[in-house]
Amino acid sequence: MTRPEPGRASYVRAALKGMALTFRHLVNPHKVTYQYPEERYPLSPRWRGTHRMEVHADGRPKCVACGLCPTVCPANCIRLVGGEDDNGNRYPIVYEIDEFRCIFCGMCQEVCPVEAIHVGQHYENAEYSRDRFVYDLDRLMAQDHPVTHLWDPSDPRTE
Amino acid sequence: MEKVAGTAFLIASSAKVVATFTLVLLSVAYITLLERRLAAFMQDRRGPNRVGPFGLLQPIADGLKNLLKEETSPAAASRFYFFLGPMLSLMPATVIFAVVPFAAPLPTPWGVVDMIVADLPVGILFVLALSSLAVYGIVLGGWASNNKYAFLGALRSSAQMVSYEVALGLSLVAVLMLAGNVTLTEMVWRQQQLDWWFAFPLALAFLLFVISAFAENNRLPFDLPEAESELITGYHTEYSAMKFSMFFIAEYAHLLTNSALMATLFLGGWDIPFWRGDDMFWVGGALVSGFDATGAPLLAEPAWWKTALTLAAFAAKTSFFVFLYIWVRWTLPRFRYDQVMHLGWKVMIPTALAYIMLIGGTILVLDALRTPYGFTYGLVLTAVSLVATGLFVFVLDRDRIIGGADLTRRRSGTEYQRAEMIVASDL
Repeated sequence: MTRPEPGRASYVRAALKGMALTFRHLVNPHKVTYQYPEERYPLSPRWRGTHRMEVHADGRPKCVACGLCPTVCPANCIRLVGGEDDNGNRYPIVYEIDEFRCIFCGMCQEVCPVEAIHVGQHYENAEYSRDRFVYDLDRLMAQDHPVTHLWDPSDPRTE
Repeated sequence: MEKVAGTAFLIASSAKVVATFTLVLLSVAYITLLERRLAAFMQDRRGPNRVGPFGLLQPIADGLKNLLKEETSPAAASRFYFFLGPMLSLMPATVIFAVVPFAAPLPTPWGVVDMIVADLPVGILFVLALSSLAVYGIVLGGWASNNKYAFLGALRSSAQMVSYEVALGLSLVAVLMLAGNVTLTEMVWRQQQLDWWFAFPLALAFLLFVISAFAENNRLPFDLPEAESELITGYHTEYSAMKFSMFFIAEYAHLLTNSALMATLFLGGWDIPFWRGDDMFWVGGALVSGFDATGAPLLAEPAWWKTALTLAAFAAKTSFFVFLYIWVRWTLPRFRYDQVMHLGWKVMIPTALAYIMLIGGTILVLDALRTPYGFTYGLVLTAVSLVATGLFVFVLDRDRIIGGADLTRRRSGTEYQRAEMIVASDL
């Protein structure tokens, strides 16, 4: 940036120049604001937001209660109590994610062997009380927003 | 047509008071919205557009919020003056509008009604007296808050008012010399008779008046009493809820009355340019529109549509100044305190004094030459004023004026060079 020589700045001309600039913006504003509730900012396919649990066709969660996600979780926000049914299939008895603690790193999705838990393209999760931020299994399964692509499938370099 | 009198006069006056007061407060509310929207557009934002269509209900929402908010007053504040402050600053700003003529006289079955709340013979003096009263609200509020920032803001406000009130009054002297009286209605008439709005024959007075009015109104670039970056919000730091809002209403009411005043004094008030049909003034109990070659008065024909048109003209001129205020505010940065004082005392006042001499001399010469008060009279004054204005701007633009700290360094040249060398060696 070039600055005028010290003490050589012209106040009148500079002021008029500034006025012209603001007037140009007034008549031709470069509006960049999104009108939020009606207009939304397009999210990146890799945006990591509110979690979602994938479901089988018969309504059971895809989770096999392997315990990898609570282990990898750096914020320690996932609580998992696994169980086993009569056929020897493991399933989660308790699966809770504290969305307040979560740092949305997406490592739970990366580590999941059966692609059950996902972070999603969703960010509007305000609540009236703190306890509502702990999402239980039913709530995680009920989420219907699109899930995150942790890498772009068309670009091998991102894998 | 006779002037309205008796009971009809009382009713007409009451109606005018109610209508003007309501209109002023309503305009004030919408000027706040206008300011926020225009500021947003200038900064590539959108501004408040959520409450109602185009955000038109925003001022109402703001008012409601301020009424319902908690009133706090600091423990160590002087309660009486703390409450008095906002009232004192609001009152003068709204009362000034009483002497501003806002349209051509309106004919009614009961007589002709002047479109001015109070046609005071001392119009300008009344305005000057009340506009300097406005600072008392700020000073009292700032002092009573018992807060150092509020106090500093109040102090700055009073210093600024003292400095710029002089320049304001002096620039008005030129207007008074040309108009020959202090009544605002007659000033409009004199501008109609001159065929020139005073902004042209008194160009430099116009410029000085606008600058002083900005300073008097505490608007940017002279908003030192508020100065958010230095003084939190200056004199109203401790205020909340409706008392805080009252300071703002006062500021915007002041802005509106100042704009109306500038329109009246320099842009012909409600006069519609290039049209003789709207020229009206009471001369010896009759409403005249001018004089013929022998000096006999020509009777004016007031009509409701003329009143409406002139009202629109007045509104347009006032809006122009309101827009100018907003435009300048969102363009120019704030002056430093010493720069404001420097500009006020060393530039504005001497210039205004010199200009009074110049205009006085020119009027004297014109009168000695028996030039009739009319177009040629205005043309000569315009030529003189434009030269003076050009000179003033030229000098101002050569940075003899607003150099600030840098100017001081430049004057003591050796010290400046030493500082330069130190900087260079550091690099």
